[in-house]
Parts: sequence; C-alpha cells; structure tokens
Amino acid sequence: MIERLMRGAALAALGLTFAALVGGQATAATPKDTIVMAKTMDDITSLDPAEVFEFTGGEVINNVYVRLMTYDPADFTKLIGGAAESWSVSDDGKTFTIKMRQGMKFTTGRPVTAKDAAFSLQRVVALGKSPAFILTQFGWTAANVKEMVSAQDDGTLILKTATAFAPSFVMNCLSAGIGSVVDSEEALKNAKDNDFGYNWLRTNSAGSGAYKLVAWKPKESVVLEANPGFYRGEAKTKRIIIRHVPEATAQRLMLEKGDADIARNLTADQLKAIAGDSKLTVNSTGKGTIYYLALNQKNEALAKPKVREAVRWAIDYQTMSSTFLAGQYGVHQGFWGKGSAGSLDDTPFKFDAAKAKALLAEAGYPNGLELDLDAGNTTPHADIAQSVQSTFAQAGIKVNIVPGDIRQVLTKYRARNHQLLLMYWSPDYLDPHSTADFFTNNPDNSDGAKAKTGAWRNAWDIPDLTKETAAAVLERDPQKRIAMYIDLQKKVQADSPIVVMFQQTEQAALRTEVKNFILGPSFDTPVYWQITK
Amino acid sequence: MSLGAGTVGAGKTARPSMKLLRGIATQLGTLCLTILGLLFVTFFIGRVVPIDPVLAIAGDRATPELIEKIRAELGLDLPLYQQFWNYLVKIAHGDLGNSVLTAKPIIQDIATYFPATIELAVAGTLIGVLAGVPLGVISAARQGRWIDHVVRVVALAGYSVPVFWLGLVGLLVFYVKLDWVSGPGRIDAVYEYIVEPRTGFMLIDCILAGDWEAVKNALSHFVLPALILGYYSMAYIARMTRSFMLEQLNQEYIVTARVKGVSERAIIWRHAFGNIRVPLITVIALSFAHLLEGTVLTETVFAWPGIGLYITHSLFGADLNAVLGGTIVVGVSFVILNLLSDALYTLLDPRARAA
Repeated sequence: MIERLMRGAALAALGLTFAALVGGQATAATPKDTIVMAKTMDDITSLDPAEVFEFTGGEVINNVYVRLMTYDPADFTKLIGGAAESWSVSDDGKTFTIKMRQGMKFTTGRPVTAKDAAFSLQRVVALGKSPAFILTQFGWTAANVKEMVSAQDDGTLILKTATAFAPSFVMNCLSAGIGSVVDSEEALKNAKDNDFGYNWLRTNSAGSGAYKLVAWKPKESVVLEANPGFYRGEAKTKRIIIRHVPEATAQRLMLEKGDADIARNLTADQLKAIAGDSKLTVNSTGKGTIYYLALNQKNEALAKPKVREAVRWAIDYQTMSSTFLAGQYGVHQGFWGKGSAGSLDDTPFKFDAAKAKALLAEAGYPNGLELDLDAGNTTPHADIAQSVQSTFAQAGIKVNIVPGDIRQVLTKYRARNHQLLLMYWSPDYLDPHSTADFFTNNPDNSDGAKAKTGAWRNAWDIPDLTKETAAAVLERDPQKRIAMYIDLQKKVQADSPIVVMFQQTEQAALRTEVKNFILGPSFDTPVYWQITK
Repeated sequence: MSLGAGTVGAGKTARPSMKLLRGIATQLGTLCLTILGLLFVTFFIGRVVPIDPVLAIAGDRATPELIEKIRAELGLDLPLYQQFWNYLVKIAHGDLGNSVLTAKPIIQDIATYFPATIELAVAGTLIGVLAGVPLGVISAARQGRWIDHVVRVVALAGYSVPVFWLGLVGLLVFYVKLDWVSGPGRIDAVYEYIVEPRTGFMLIDCILAGDWEAVKNALSHFVLPALILGYYSMAYIARMTRSFMLEQLNQEYIVTARVKGVSERAIIWRHAFGNIRVPLITVIALSFAHLLEGTVLTETVFAWPGIGLYITHSLFGADLNAVLGGTIVVGVSFVILNLLSDALYTLLDPRARAA
C-alpha cells in the first residue's frame, strides 16, 4: 500500500514538474509603452521629498516632483528654472524674489502656486528630517521659517536668508530634492497630528512631475505612470516599473531576455561581456561621487606631512582604474567631481614606491610603518583595500585590512577610531559648497564637537581653511567663487588627510531600442521623461 | 454502586485529561521560554553590533540635533535592560515596531514577505518528500547497485553544489536558453498590479482573481526556484531515508521476516519503512524549517521578496526592529514545527502514546 502510494507520489511530482515547465512557458519582452528597470532598490526608505536622501528614492522623486530649480538635461552645468520661471536678488543679497512658472498643474489638477512652494519649503524645515540642513543653513528654523519663506501672491515666492549668501549657492540648493513643490492642499488633506502629510507622502505622491507614483512595494518594485499635464510635455513612455533585482547576474539575464529594458547594477565584467551584443548598449555618465582614503590625524605618523605625501605616492591609481574598476571609477584627485563647474582635474600623483619610501625615511620611518585600514567588505571597497595593501607594502607600509559592513566602517569613522579608512562621498546638492563644507570645514576639532565633518572625522584642525570655506559660500561673483573652490581643492590635494583617488562613473545597460535615458551627475538626477522605446 | 462506578469511571477519564493538560502546559511553557530566549539573544546581538542604528534612519549627513532626537525617540538612550523591557511590553501588545527601511509596521511587512517564503518552502518540501523518500528507500533496498550509486551521487550533488550557482545556471538554461520558465520575480511586470494581493500567496491570489493568464505566468515564475529548493530538500531527505532504511534492513527482525518467507516488498515497505516514519518526520520538519529561514540565496537570485531577503536586507540596513521581528517569526515557526512533529510522533509511535 505504502509502496504504491510512494510510487504514485514520485510520479505525481515528476508530472507536476513537467506540467509546470511546459504549461508555464515564458513570454519575454516588456510592453511597448512600459520601461522595466532592473535595479537594486532596497535603499528607498521614504518618498517624501522632505525626507528622501537615498539614491533610488532621490531618483524617483526627481521624476515625480518638479523642483524650484533644476538642470538642463542636455548640459548639467546649466542651472535652469523648474517650478521657478525667473528670480532676482535684493541689493543686500538677503531677499530672493522668485516668479513661479505659469500654467503648471499638479497631477491632482490643482495649479502649482507660490503658496505650494512656500508650504513645501516650510514643511522641510518644520519636519527637520535629514536633508533639512540644506535649507536650515540659510538661517531658517522651525520658529522663523514662515517669516523667511512666504508667498507674496500665487505667482511670487519670497525667500529671506539670514546671511548674504552667494546667489548661485542658494539657487543650487533649491535644485535638491527638498526644493520639490508639493501640492499643499493634497498633503494637508492627508495630514495627521500636524505632520504636514508626512506619513502619507512617504508612500504616496502629490507632485507635478513627469510621472505620478502609482505604487511602491518596499524591496520589490516602484511603479510610475506618466502625467499627461507635465509642463514639458507628456512623457514618451507611459509607465516606468523599477523592479528590485538584487543579483547582478539576474539583472543581466533579464536584460538579455528582454524582460528588463534597463539594468542598473551590472558589474564591470558583465558590462565588458555584453559589449559585443548588438541588442544591448551601455550608457556611461560621470557622477559627483568621489572615492578617497582618509588618514586620521590623531595617529602620530599620519600627522606628519611627509607621511601624508608618501601615502599619496604609494597608491596605484591608474592600475586600479584600468583593471577591476574599469568603466566604474576613473582617476580623479580633486574633491569636486569632473563635469561640474569648479572641479580640479589635475592628477599629479601616481604610483612611485621608491619616492614614497624615501619620503617615509625623511619623516623618520626608514623601516616603514604598520597601520590598520578600515574598508567595507563588499565591492569595490574590498578590492581597493587589497590593492592599497599591496602597493603600500612595496613602499614599506604594512597594512592590516579591517573589513566590515559599510555602516560599521562609517560608525567607526564618525567616532574617529580609525587609522586609515576607505570611504566615498556624494554631494547632497550640485554646489561645490556641499563638498567643501565636509572636507575643508572644521569649526571645532574637540572630541565632543557637534559637526562631524570629514575634516573633524580625521581630526584635521584647519582654522584657516574653515574661514576660506565660509568665505567661498558668501562670494557673490560666480567666477571668483569658482576660483576659491579650485584653490581649496589644490590645498587638499597637496597636503591633507583626504587622499582623493577616484571619481565614479555610473553605467546603465540598456536594450538598444531604449533611447534618451539620462543619468546626470548626481544620485538624484536621472531623468525618465525623455526615454523612448 | 452506580455512583461508585461513575466515580471510578470519572477518575479514569480525568487522569488522561490532566495528563493532556499538563502536557499542553509544559509545551506552552517551553514555547514561551524558547521565544523569550530567542528575543533576548537577538535583541542583545542587535544592540552590541558596532553599527549605529540611528545612522540607518538619519543618514550620515543629519545634524547632531536630529541624531539625538531620533536616538531618544527610539529609546536608544536608555539602559539596555530598560530597552529590552520596553521591547517585551510592546511585543506583548502585538506591536513589533516599525521598519526603518520600508516605513511600515513590521507585522504588515511580515504579512507581505512571509507568504512568499512559505509558498517556496511548501513546494520545495513537497518535491523533496515526494521524490526524496521513494529514492531513499529504493536506494537502500538496492544497496550497491547502479540505482543506489545514481541516487547517492544526485543526493551528494544536492548537498555540495551552492544553491546560488545552481539558481543562476537554472536561469541560464531554463529561462534564457530553453525559454521554458519565466525569469526573476514572482510575476511579470504587466500582471503585477492587476492581481490584487489578498492572501499574499501569488498563485492563490491569481486564482482568486480568476485571471488564468496570470496564474500561468505566476506558475512559470514559481517553478524554477521551487524545483531548486525541492532538489536541495530531496537531497537531504533521500540521504537520510537511505541511512535510516539501511539501519533497519540490517536488524534481526528483518532477517527473521526473510527466514519466515515474507515478501521483499512487504519487508521493505511494511516492516522497515514503518519503523523509520518517526525519525523521518523530524528530518522533513527540519528540512521545511531550513527552507523557511535559509532561502535567502534563492530569494536573491530569483528576486523573490521573501522573509530571508527581508531579514538580510534589514540586517545590512541596521534596521533592528525588522531583524528582530523577522527572527521572531522564523523562530516561532521552528517551535511550532517542533510541536507538530512531536504530535505526529505520538500518533505514529505506539511507544510515545504509552509514555
């Protein structure tokens, strides 16, 4: 009896398997009006523009909301009006009058007004989420923001700043995600406990962008649908579906099969492998993200200028960039990325073990040094750490790699408990101050300091550079301002605990029929509305 | 007399019920202690990892004021014992907290992700049992012959080949080259937002929606990860079944049965197999439990939004509430499976009933 049962069971299992295999034949290719994007998108924690600060979330809201200021997708060095049509600055440099673009509508059908813009900026400050500092640096607080940000009428927005900042700085800040204009009526309709609609906007949208958020399933997918009333014309692709596909090989297979139109996270090897495939193409764009080696100045050896210089000559930038980082990171030694106004593109340092050794000897270490290097335990951190370990050994520095989850490394960095540490930096908004404020600003170098800037994390006491950084953000002459940032970068490049090594290049693999997908230089600049298929 | 008889009768029925009640109380006590231990260990591991959980919420660029505000909101500024007590109180009220990464209550997340894993684990275990048990029995009965060698090699491969690799090869062959199955994900993008999620089980939801094209599509997504997990489950169950059977077939009662002229079929299926059913239940329960918590690699390859992937992502994102919530669910599932297998022991083994 049991035997018969088991034999039947085995046959049934085989039968079911066969039926499933044959019965469930796949149909590849995505619909003509839909783009399916395979991406690692588990970083989204919120889709409220007052809170979004993650890569995928920033990208989504860039396509769902219109920001007051934006960049020309054809040339990201050109700042242009988004919801703002024109603007002027008062003589004292503290009042900005912004004329709103006429005729814009939210997906709800309501017109976009200066009142909505004022509400959007006010709620960012009142909610006080992570990106709020971009606005609070203007001297705006929860207590004064209604006075500092107001709508004169439906078409005119008035912004007051506590200090006369460089106008380009203020306008660049308004191009960040926090500059997104939210439908105030819709947000307030869904508000609870005076949260300005925050809990609702985390998972819903109330914007006027090219797309409307249809659904966000965390760690699964995001679906966007074209907004027919978008002020630049209805998007060519009706629906964008971002699918969370964590495994790069699975992304590649889906792309090759036609189940995905765009794959965002292929590895360097995979991108190389698909280069000969006529059905696929690769879109490469330089990003603002830079990769650097941090040297804690609390370490006696690393505090010596000669050792800092030796370290710069002990890194094989070129080999890394042309081998395992090929196509993904290019050699760059200034803290502001190439492609944006104000970048320093000189790369004076190259690998020279003999020179590094001689400098170490001059610094008093003829027999070399031994140092710990904290690095993330994933690609590319682990690979870069190994290369650094190998070339440092040739220069006489014995490196012990301390691998860890990147958040673990970050926690250690914020506590200034490292010696050497590999880290990346991505600007929060497209203005050089965003990065200079991190690397060349350290108003209080004590252990209990509140501002944990990059300079502080490396215990780099720099009163002069801190003053120069503060001066650059106030400089109203754009050319002079750019020159000041280049000067700051030259100083950091020549001698500092920040050894900038690379600038990231983002590569997206696409089916050849997919055109006009623009990634832009920042994490939140990809543009969907021009995509065609 | 009748009263006396009645009293005796009542006494006879009361004793087993008391025993049953005591048994249930013991099991419940064990369940509570196990869960408490699990919570304790997970909670403290979560608190001692050198990652600041506030970073996951506030991000690296947040102001010091915001970081301190969030730390206070989460109660992370309190002593550890107080944090643990607060956590226990919340759990007692059915509140596992909110996930930082999904912005939703953990309970809601689990209701979304756990069915995806159960779907795969049930199918994997079914395939494993339906294929593994007969293969194990046949292999033992034909020890040393070609069928035994084949089963052993297949089972050994299932044990040794990394699931990650097998998943990718499976996709390459059956999805890309042969076009027999669909690729990663639970359903094609075109159906994803048409089928209303009622139960969380994609196949059932498609059937409830009455959309047979969607059912077919979901099935074509489901079959490959289910088969791969089924293969691993089969490998384990077949090896264990073979080993149990060989042990039984070498017992004296089998020799006696053979001497008495009992047919080989009856010896194998009635005598030997009848005696391995109890340990086999443990093996199957363990295999199922392993599939419930150990499918993270399969879920990664197949972009299958299950509980394994949820816990792993949460761990990397320092989303401690989600890690704790997911661990509790998996832990409770283990305990329940354990209780179920104990109950089945009692049913199948007369000695357990007598005890």
